[in-house]
This record gives sequence, C-alpha cells and structure tokens, in this order.
Amino acid sequence: MDVLSTHELVFQYPNSTPMRFQNLHMEQLQHTLLLGDSGKGKTTLLNLLAGFSKPSSGTVFLNGQDLYKLSGSALDSYRAKHIGFIFQEAHLLRNFTILENIKLAQSLANNKVDVPAIHELLAMLEMDEKANSYPNEISRGQLQRAAIARAIINKPALLIADEPTAALDDSNTQRVLDLLFAIANSYQSTLLIATHDKRIKDHFSHTYQL
Amino acid sequence: MNSLQLVWKNLSQQKGNTFLSILLTAFGIAILTVLYVSSDSIEKQLDNNSKDIDLVIGAKGSPLQLILSSLYHVDNPTGNIPLTEALEIANNPLIELAVPISLGDNYKGHRIIGTDSSYLELYGLTIREGKIWNKSFQAIVGSETASKHQLKIGDEIHGAHGLSAEGHVHDDHPFVVVGILEKSNSIVDNLILCNLESVWDVHGIHHEEHDHEEHADHAHDHEHDHGSQQTDEHHGHNHSDSVHNHETESHDHDEHTDHDHSHESATKDTLATTNENHEGHAHEEEVVSREEAIAGRNDVFIKSIGQDMVKDQGLEITALLVRYRSPAAISVIPKLVNQTTNMQAASPAIETTRLFSLIGVGIDSLEILAYVIMFIAGLSIFISLYNALKQRKYDLAIMRSMGASKNKLFTLVIVEGLVITLIGGILGLLLGHLALYFITQQTSQSADFIEVFNILPKEWILILFAILVGLIASVIPAFKAYNTNISTILNDK
Repeated sequence: MDVLSTHELVFQYPNSTPMRFQNLHMEQLQHTLLLGDSGKGKTTLLNLLAGFSKPSSGTVFLNGQDLYKLSGSALDSYRAKHIGFIFQEAHLLRNFTILENIKLAQSLANNKVDVPAIHELLAMLEMDEKANSYPNEISRGQLQRAAIARAIINKPALLIADEPTAALDDSNTQRVLDLLFAIANSYQSTLLIATHDKRIKDHFSHTYQL
Repeated sequence: MNSLQLVWKNLSQQKGNTFLSILLTAFGIAILTVLYVSSDSIEKQLDNNSKDIDLVIGAKGSPLQLILSSLYHVDNPTGNIPLTEALEIANNPLIELAVPISLGDNYKGHRIIGTDSSYLELYGLTIREGKIWNKSFQAIVGSETASKHQLKIGDEIHGAHGLSAEGHVHDDHPFVVVGILEKSNSIVDNLILCNLESVWDVHGIHHEEHDHEEHADHAHDHEHDHGSQQTDEHHGHNHSDSVHNHETESHDHDEHTDHDHSHESATKDTLATTNENHEGHAHEEEVVSREEAIAGRNDVFIKSIGQDMVKDQGLEITALLVRYRSPAAISVIPKLVNQTTNMQAASPAIETTRLFSLIGVGIDSLEILAYVIMFIAGLSIFISLYNALKQRKYDLAIMRSMGASKNKLFTLVIVEGLVITLIGGILGLLLGHLALYFITQQTSQSADFIEVFNILPKEWILILFAILVGLIASVIPAFKAYNTNISTILNDK
C-alpha cells in the first residue's frame, strides 16, 4: 500500500497560470527524490503534500487519508502526527532551546513529552550536549540536525526534506544524506527529498523529475 | 509543554513591554481599588454615624459644619448653644431621644466628647470591658482609641485643648479610663466619652448653681489655645462664641469650697447621683447611674442634667443629637428650632447627601482618571501584542507547521493578553490596599474607618474588568495570529 499518493494535483497562485503536478506514489520506507530546477514548483508541491497549502484541485492521500477532506484543525493534528517537515532553513523557534523545540513538537502532536527519547535522538545526531542551547548559539550544521530531530521525533509516516543539501560541499552532502537515510530507517519513516542538486540523484532508487 | 508555558515563554521574551502593560493595568486597578474601598468605607461610616439620628441642633452657622463636627467629628463646631434652650426643644413630645454633646478637647487627636449615657443608646454601643463613668474625669474609650494607644482600665489620659493633638495639655485634669467600648464600626471607635460635667470642669465652667455669675470676670486658670474662637475665614463665620465661652464661665475650682448644694429640686425622675469632691468641697451632684440608664430609659437627657442648675447657670453644650418619636416631627422640629430660637437644626440625611455630592465630584474625577489609565493599559497591551506579532509571525508559522491549529494560536495570543491583565489586576489590588494602608497610617485617626484589608465584591469585578480589557486588547492581534499562513511566511524567509 502506498504511504503517499497524489492524483491530478493542480495549484494556482493568484494572477498566474495553474501548476499541474504529476501523480506521485511512494511505498512504505521508500526513499524518493523530487528533482527539479528552481521555479519548477518543488516547494509548492511539498506544501501541498504537507497540507500547508490547499490545492485548486486533486487529492493527496497519506496512509489512506485524503488530507484535504480533513477540516482545518484535524488536518493540523494529522500533519503533526504523520508528517515530519525539514525546511530549507532550520526554522527553529528562537526563544526555545533545542530541547524545548523538540518537546513542543511532541506536545503539538498530542504525544506524551518523552525527554529520554529526545535525548536518545539528539545523541544519535551528536547533538545531545547542545540540548539546552538556543538556536543562535549553535552552528548551521547543528541547526539542521536539530531541525531533523524535531521533524522525526513523532515517528512520522512521511519525512519531507526541502533542499537539505543546498550549499553544502560533497562531503557534507554525503554526511547529511547518510544521516537522513539512517534516521528515516530508524524511525520507520518514508523519506521524500526535494532538491535541484543533481549530485545526489544516484542515491535514490525512485526519482520524480519536475 | 502546555499553553500557559508557551504564553509565559512568549511574555518573558518581551519583558519590557509586558512589564509596562502590567504596570499600567496595576495602576489603573489600584486607583479604582482605593476609590471604591474608601468611598464604600466613607458611605458605610456616614451611615453608621447618622443612621439613628434624625436631627442635630447646634449653634447657627453652616449646617454641614454642624453635622461634620457633631456626627463625624471632622470639623470645628459652629459654636455652643444654651443648655436651657436645648432642653426646651428636647421636651417636645415629638422627640424620642435628645442626647447632648459637648466638645472641646482631644487626646492625641481622638476627640473627648462630653455627653451622657443616652449617647450609648443612640449609637447602640456596648461596653466590652469596665463600666461607664459614675463621676467626672472618668472616661470610656472607643475600641480603636484603646488599641491604638494600648489603653486599659485604670490608665490616666490627659486631654489637650482644642480638636487637634497639638493643643495645650490639661495636665491638672487627667481622665481615668473606666471602660472600653465594643467595636461599633462607627466614629465612636475613635472617640473618648465622658460626662458633660468633665468637659465643663476641665475648662473651668462652673456648673453648680451659684457662683457662675459671680465669677464671670475671673481669669481662666488654663491657658488654652482657643483656635476655635478665631474667625474661620474658610467657613465664613466667627467661632468667637464657639465651644466654650471662657470669658464668662472661667473660674477656679478651689473656690468651690463653700459649695454644699443638694439637688433636692432635681426632678424626681433623676436616676442616680454622682458624688464629686473638689478639695474638701463635698457636693453631691446628681447625674445618672449610667448602667441603669442604658437598661431601659430613653429620656435620659432631661433627667441627667439637673434642671435646677441648668436654669440658673447658663450652661452650654455644643450640640443636641435628636431622634424623632414620629415622622410628624420632620416638618415641625426643624422649623421650630430655626424660627423660634437662636439655634439651628441640621438634618444629617440632607447634609450627608450634600456632602456626598461634593465628595462625589472628586471621586468621579479620579474614577475617570483611573478608567483613562485602564484604557491606556489596554492600548499598551494591544500595541505590545500587535508589534510582537510582527516579530513572532515567523514563530507562529513554525508552530503551525508543527501542528498548532489556528485556534491554538488565537487562544495563545488571547491568553497572553489575559495573563498580562490578570497579573496587573491582582498587583493593582495589592497596590491599592497597600496604598490604603499607608493612607490610614499617615492620616491619624481620621481615616481609620477605611477597611484596608476588606476585599469588596466590587473589587473582584475590577479584576473581571481588567481581564475584559486584556481580552479586547488582544482580539485583533489574535485574529492576525489566527490567519498566519505557513507557506507564505516560511517560504519567504
């Protein structure tokens, strides 16, 4: 059974031509690449898949649930439990420590806040000593790992990463990919990466070209 | 991490704005608290002090001044009235009870009131400890007076002349405390009561039947500061005849040695006697056995002052507190007093209403000021939350992306406004009561009646009002938070 499937998705920004997206099908634990140059609609498609923006038409099924059949708050709740989203920027709450950011993610998903599990995850990401640091106190790479920890803590069915390797050199790109694969496997998540970075194309068995 | 923790986290990140908003709310609520508690206390006090008194008869002058001095003990008297004239009025069948009072001295700011036992009946007073006086220079003290100065039975107190604590002290006429009154929540709690004769004696006013006239030109033994005899420009009348006319009434107590009067001519109703010795001069002066008096009579006054000596000596009192026997008296007695005597009759009800309308202007002004401050507090909260939203829209979008619903963000901002005003409101209540405490500490006994630590039901309404201000101030920012668009904000970043 597909973890994620889309059908005839169309999205239209005001005063612009509609964007039509090919249908996607992702099986459980599959690692999928969404490849496309800038301006091809990668981020728009990710927003539709995560329930951030409502499509003009078409459907998105996640674990058999039509996302846009859900009401506003039900969709928010569903997203919190089943989708982990890693933005191009870390987008951590600035006034919260790394630990608090991750605790908030658990809390908003209505999961029990499990501090030992958070520390275990941070240790896996070599971030445990930074648990009580604020985002402005850690490096860019650490910020990205903290963002990964926040996205995966609720063991989402779908883990989405938007341009995770942008502006990284080859060795760091490899390191980030290895980390994402390892984390997705550990937490039983299906991984979808959207990027324009053709260097990583060979790491994926399934690729969609926009 | 629950909503309150999130709210607290957000508020603590904007310490300056949050503090300012809390402070403004607190000031507004504090002023309103002071106004409500003090005006409530004043109202209660006015009621307590005048509820059973239908009329006050005193010297001509300002009726409000007469009421203030005789009932609330906050102003100088308008003057004195002849006891004989007062008695004639008191004999009127339409009057149920007429209680004489004579003012003139104070003890550390607490007025010493010369009166008779019917005063206790008039105010419904009971003696907590000790007994009522049975001779001159015995006093019973109000509960606040006693507690403030740790007075107990047997203590001696020295009155000071005049109505302020700075007056000349009557060192040679100490009063002995013989009783302490139960708290009555009226001005009496702050007074000292004694018999009329004590007041006359302490000022050298001869109240026996003979040598009053003979010694009319005697110099007064006491060097009094007759502040009340000076022209009071503020009130536009002259107090030259007020309180005690010592030019005609002064005498030396030592000259009483040949007195041996008996009050055989006193009315047969006279209830008791008091023996008063003045250095070898044994004269029995008939006054009332006060305990008996309280037990069951209401025409004490006439009987308590021997009418024989009254007629002969031109004695004076400051005022007569009157309770009517029937409502018919309302239209008769004031007219009778004002048109046929040199005295004036003042109605506590009318003057209290007039007083409240005067005070009311000030209270209303302060109340408006407090509401303006509350409005500014609300505006401050609104600006604070609104500006914070500009900085926080990014954080709110992140929270939305993590699963926070629109309602959750709306609620968070509303709760922030409510928390600010709730803290401000509670702080305001504390500040208000603290201010009242300092007011009562700084104003001697004149503000003792303010119930500093009594929380009125209206004060809880103030907290609700503060919360309402917070709610209104945060609604618009909350709607903006509600409409946070995740993709627009995060992708633009």
